[in-house]
Amino acid sequence: MILETLSTILLISGAFFSLTGAIGLFKFPDFFTRVHAASVTDSIATILIISGLILRTDFDLVAIKLLFILVFLLLTSPTASHALAKSARHGGLLTLAEIRDTQNKDNG
Amino acid sequence: MAELIDLVLLGMLAITALRIIFLKDLFAVVMLFGIYSFLSALIFVNLDAVDVAFTEAAVGAGIATVLMLGTLALTGRKEKANSHTALLPLLVVIVTGAALIYGTLDMPPFGDPENPANQHVAPRYIEESPQEVGLPNMVTSVLASYRAFDTLGETAVVFAAAIGVLSLLGLPKQSQATIESGLKSHLVLRVVAKLIIPLILVFALYVQFHGDYGPGGGFQAGVIAAAAIILYALVFGLPLATQVIQPKLLKILASMGVLIYAATGVAGLFFGGNFLDYNVLASDPVAGQHIGIIVIEFGIGVTVFAAILSIFYGFASQAERANIQ
Amino acid sequence: MSFIVDYYNYWIVVFLMMAGFYIVISANNLVKKVVGLNIFQTSVFIMYISIGKVSGGSAPILADGITSYSNPLPHVLILTAIVVGVATTAVGLALIVRIKRAYGTVEENEFKDKDALI
Repeated sequence: MILETLSTILLISGAFFSLTGAIGLFKFPDFFTRVHAASVTDSIATILIISGLILRTDFDLVAIKLLFILVFLLLTSPTASHALAKSARHGGLLTLAEIRDTQNKDNG
Repeated sequence: MAELIDLVLLGMLAITALRIIFLKDLFAVVMLFGIYSFLSALIFVNLDAVDVAFTEAAVGAGIATVLMLGTLALTGRKEKANSHTALLPLLVVIVTGAALIYGTLDMPPFGDPENPANQHVAPRYIEESPQEVGLPNMVTSVLASYRAFDTLGETAVVFAAAIGVLSLLGLPKQSQATIESGLKSHLVLRVVAKLIIPLILVFALYVQFHGDYGPGGGFQAGVIAAAAIILYALVFGLPLATQVIQPKLLKILASMGVLIYAATGVAGLFFGGNFLDYNVLASDPVAGQHIGIIVIEFGIGVTVFAAILSIFYGFASQAERANIQ
Repeated sequence: MSFIVDYYNYWIVVFLMMAGFYIVISANNLVKKVVGLNIFQTSVFIMYISIGKVSGGSAPILADGITSYSNPLPHVLILTAIVVGVATTAVGLALIVRIKRAYGTVEENEFKDKDALI
């Protein structure tokens, strides 16, 4: 019973973070803030949802498989976000603050 | 509940397809196509087709996207503005679509157990295959035993497609010099890739040999193993990858897999059964089925791995050549 | 409502099929045509799997306490069709790469014009 309540809380908060990630992806102004929003979905939401699901198993093989999935996702998705942001930086994309700075310099 | 998920996912699929029609940036089109594939994989899970979903996620979203991106690297990412009017195609599509919609009204309702398609041979597969073949996964039983001849043909088609791509694009020459190309500046990516690639290969083996009991089998395993090497080639560069898995080896492997498959069928003939009849391979029919299925799934895995990887090598060598020029 | 649920899958399949068909006949760019073909192909996959679904059934893997399974036959057909589909797509893309090298363009009307000159 306690486990079930705990798992429900974890699942709902995971769903909440997925939703905020999705909203951020649409609402944020530039590429880097958007990557940040998307990586929230990748990391915290997956941790919450998968740990919520583990609490709902009988702690057998399924739980171990879920644990493996969690470890894989924790290895791969931050790497993907990092590679994405780094490539954008490498390609010469500036953050909003930097764009503002260069505009101020041009004006001043 | 499952119906509701079905409605939402199919709606999202339709929206994605609509977006693909109007986008002019081909890079975005290919990315949307990846999303489209993942969405259809989700729909397959929802419709109980776990094996199919597995394949679609690995093949449709993984390999097809990489190949299309490879093509875009060579042909350019912008679609030019279309000069002729789209009125006639639109008319044709609307008329055909209306006719087809009218046709669907005669289809049996969705999910109906009385559906003719579920009455013909399916009950036999569901009821008899656990005793006859002795495997819990009915999809593997049907794929590798009841319809093994069909699957032999499919494997041969994959092999033939690989030959077709190689005759059009050619394999990369194996370079002796250890030039480090690839993503040199991405240190994190390189470290994580080195961590992940062995795990992907182990997972491919798991999928290969656990396919009798759960979702998986030769097709999925071959694609996953090829994806591991493709990841290696993307991160560390094609020259290094061709030293790990040599193009020459791939040619042999691709034909080996089909040969293993066909030889299992011929072995059945020698033991006094029919072509691809596994019952005669051992004294006990169920044990014979088990041997036969493991061997031919291995053959499928080898061919699919070699075919997909050599197709990727073909595209990558073209891209490499374009970079040099 | 049940009328919609009964036929919704087929209608979406028809929509996707027509979307793919429209891309194939109206697009000028060959890569986009291949994407259209793939959309068409996936719609057929969804149609087969929809036909094989049994309400209240479960995935066709033998398990304790489950009596109703979905039809495994469409799953087998589509599983192999997906792998064959990507292999044939690869041949199509390889042809596009060669067309690009021969004509310098992958827009249909442009290389037709070049063909007309010969």
